[in-house]
Amino acid sequence: MEYFLELSSSGLVRGSIYALIALGYTMVYGIIQLINFAHGEIYMIGAFVALIVSGVLTIYGFSGVSILILAALIAAIYAAAYGYTLEKIAYRPLRNAPRLSPLISAIGMSLFLQNYVLLAQTPDFLRFPALIPDFEFMEPIAHIMGSAELVILVTSAISMVGLTVLIKYTRIGKAMRATQQDMVMARLVGVNVDNVISVTFIIGSVLAAIGGVLVGSYIGQINFYIGFMAGVKAFTAAVLGGIGNVPGAVLGALVLGLTEAYAAGYISSAYEDVFAFGVLVLILILRPSGLLGKAVKQKV
Amino acid sequence: MVDNIKRSLLVALWFVFLTFPLMVVKVNTLKSIVEWRWMNMLWVAIGAFALSLVWRWAMARRQLKSKKAEQGEDESVKAGFATRLMEDPKLYKPALIVIALATIVFPLVVDIYQTNIMVLALIFVVLGLGLNVTVGLAGLLDLGYVAFFAVGAYTYGVLNSFYGLGFWTCLPIGGLMGALFGIALGFPILRLRGDYLAIVTLGFGSIAKIVIENWEEVFNGAKGIAGIPRPGFFGAEMNITSATTYTYYLMILMVVFAIFITNRLKDSRIGRAWMALREDEIACVAMGVDMAKTKLGAYAFGAFWAGLAGVIFAARNTYINPNSFTFMESALVLSIVVMGGMGSIIGVIIAALVLILMPEYLRAFSEYRMLMFGAVMVLMMIFRPEGLIANVRRKYTGRKVTTEDANA
Amino acid sequence: MPETNNTLLEVKNLTMDFGGLRAVDAVSLSVSAGEIVALIGPNGAGKTTFFNCVTGIYKPTKGDVLVHPPEKKSQKINGFKSNRVTTIGMARTFQNIRLFQNMTVLENVMIGRHCRTTTNIVGAILRGKKTKRQERETVERSYELLEKVGLVDDADEFAKNLPYGAQRRLEIARAMATDPFLLLLDEPAAGMNPQETKDLDELIVRIRDTEKIAILLIEHDMKLVMNISDRIYVMEYGKEIAQGAPMDIRNNPKVIEAYLGEETDA
Ligand SMILES: Nc1ncnc2c1ncn2[C@@H]1O[C@H](COP(=O)(O)OP(=O)(O)O)[C@@H](O)[C@H]1O
Ligand SMILES: [Mg+2]
Repeated sequence: MEYFLELSSSGLVRGSIYALIALGYTMVYGIIQLINFAHGEIYMIGAFVALIVSGVLTIYGFSGVSILILAALIAAIYAAAYGYTLEKIAYRPLRNAPRLSPLISAIGMSLFLQNYVLLAQTPDFLRFPALIPDFEFMEPIAHIMGSAELVILVTSAISMVGLTVLIKYTRIGKAMRATQQDMVMARLVGVNVDNVISVTFIIGSVLAAIGGVLVGSYIGQINFYIGFMAGVKAFTAAVLGGIGNVPGAVLGALVLGLTEAYAAGYISSAYEDVFAFGVLVLILILRPSGLLGKAVKQKV
Repeated sequence: MVDNIKRSLLVALWFVFLTFPLMVVKVNTLKSIVEWRWMNMLWVAIGAFALSLVWRWAMARRQLKSKKAEQGEDESVKAGFATRLMEDPKLYKPALIVIALATIVFPLVVDIYQTNIMVLALIFVVLGLGLNVTVGLAGLLDLGYVAFFAVGAYTYGVLNSFYGLGFWTCLPIGGLMGALFGIALGFPILRLRGDYLAIVTLGFGSIAKIVIENWEEVFNGAKGIAGIPRPGFFGAEMNITSATTYTYYLMILMVVFAIFITNRLKDSRIGRAWMALREDEIACVAMGVDMAKTKLGAYAFGAFWAGLAGVIFAARNTYINPNSFTFMESALVLSIVVMGGMGSIIGVIIAALVLILMPEYLRAFSEYRMLMFGAVMVLMMIFRPEGLIANVRRKYTGRKVTTEDANA
Repeated sequence: MPETNNTLLEVKNLTMDFGGLRAVDAVSLSVSAGEIVALIGPNGAGKTTFFNCVTGIYKPTKGDVLVHPPEKKSQKINGFKSNRVTTIGMARTFQNIRLFQNMTVLENVMIGRHCRTTTNIVGAILRGKKTKRQERETVERSYELLEKVGLVDDADEFAKNLPYGAQRRLEIARAMATDPFLLLLDEPAAGMNPQETKDLDELIVRIRDTEKIAILLIEHDMKLVMNISDRIYVMEYGKEIAQGAPMDIRNNPKVIEAYLGEETDA
């Protein structure tokens, strides 16, 4: 039972990280039907910026929570800037191209960004400082859920609520929903679609960066390649929940995180990826529109 | 022009900001040292400025081109040099002879090291030609193509180490195993849309690697399989040099074979169905094409070549381990197809040779290789989606011939 | 409509739902050999959806689609994939033109021959006698069809470079290449100028008369519809509101009401 709870808690943590990344995929897909393959790299860059900022701040004598907040903030700003630039360079010129073109462009961008970080920094793993303090009140259940894990769960939950509010109640959120429903119509009624798309990329990137900072300080090390697998997993989660569907992405991410944790705990950690993809394939075959997605028939 | 310069300056500034933490700062958390690399900032600024100018110019040209196309000013009139070369027998026949001669004497004038690299490049030519069918002709994006390559290589490795089967027995088996896996993996994902296909095939690719890594009893795990024999020639004893030369000629034969076969398929009932499927799946099926059969055919055919190439790869290296079959290899083959011009055979060959040989000979380049691949993939999609050499559609001249036939 | 022994297509109570929306509601329709039948109705009435159900693009929620191919067994085909429907002998065109843009005009038509030829991968590689013969016949027949729709001179052009009206005719040629006994045309005159429409009018009648292919067409151009159809069905909001000879339809008060306010279209 204890073991089960432990696995569940680590599954949920994993799931929340996937969710933070998956939201970016799902929002972008919802609006321009593109798998932003490079989204995982934005997450990785977020983690790197946080690592560099916290490294510099530590050396210059800052301490504790102030580092965490500054690092996360700067990481978020940079991720947003990268996301914005990425869209402008690699996807905007291909808005009306055949479907395969922006996807290949995205794969290219993913390769580019990975190797950019590799060359600019290092191919090796870097030690990420433990930015999240240990809370005393967590002591009694620390063997099931540590402080870092709690912070991850809470931060993700807050981010997701924030996103929901943003989409539901703000002006830009409404514009996003309108664009998602029908880009041509949205443009006709005066929505600046280009801006909406940029904002979508920015929001997605910020969420991914938050994920990056959390993972970095939770796992304790990062390298240029972490974005790739995380990205693939997060995308899997988004598809699982029904791509384009925001609550679906969160649900899919949690299901995926738990599946992996249980598979790793009860079967073998070597095969956890196999299980993750196994679940994806099963879902796509049995329910191609995902857990919460609506089945749509293509108009002919 | 002034406006362009102003804007490019702004872009340069933006990129200086963007790359600042990663390019300039480097922290060593263990030793608590920060390294400030201010020179990088200068390079970024200059580079971004120059690239931005080029980008602007290229974008303006691109816009002009699409406007022209809209106004019906046909571009195909002034066909590119490459296209002309391929269409005029007076030009391409001598070129072909020169290439053939160069190909034949190549291993005799260079050393074994060069020959060996060339063999690797030719293996990627075959991989490119195979994936070109799946992606370029049939439009099925496959990001796990390397899995079939691994199937071929491990078919030979395993059959040889367990049962002592030789290269020539394993070659067809490897190809068929590739095709078989192509069908097996293709089957569950037939109905998926292009972008889902991408992620699922990527998943299959990683699964293949994980299984190889962890199934010690059969694949010997991460240690890999060593001592795989080179291709044999009626049991003749060969030293490394002659074995390599022999493998080279084998590969040449295989490339010629692959070109011949893909060419025939392209201009056939099957090839046309593949293209139609790529162009518009719904219309294609509504015109009576069986989607499942056609797609599986494309998967199997593409995977078949990967299987064959895998066997040769194992024989060339005499040693295989899971690290040769990562997503990077899949991405590499995909960039070969994209750069070559989807569906174009000659384009794929040139792209494969360039992408494999360049990093081998320009060591400095090899570090930046993946970075450049990435950039090239993006730029190609934006500025030259048809690839280096666009696929030329065949013209059928059946009408006059057939009226004569009818009279006869 | 009593079933005669040369009925080709017989649709009974066809219904199609999209989530909560009933796009087609218990529509029955039949087409006999040698007929030109029109299906009309305001935009959004469900005509295209009806076509999609009949040709296997969508699986109808309820109802039956029966075909009686000449000299072959009758079959119930609801739920069949569209390639099977086409192979049985019903071919269609699309309202939003769906050509293979980056293939030549001739190749587009050649795709239509796919289901009437048999070369497989191995055959295509070996290119034996039979393959060569089939290939020659395919080219020959495709040129013939291009001749009929007046596109021979554009045979080597990419489909995307054709003007609009020519693209519509190419779709017809492509569908005819599948040797259908019934041709379903979805708004073939949409976007055509009066001269092109007139030519189309003649083309459709010619197809019926010389090729012996029956025709079911959706069309907004009333002049064309009234000119060439033997019978007309009218749909509105998914329901069939009238059917009969052109004269009767023209004077049917329900139809007039349905089209009120769409005067320009009608
Ligand atoms: N794939 C689909 N999904 C949801 N609704 C659809 C789909 N196809 C058509 N519809 C709806 O069905 C109704 C009928 O459409 P359609 O058959 O295209 O009309 P028509 O061809 O008569 O103009 C419309 O309200 C349309 O929005
Ligand atoms: Mg319609």
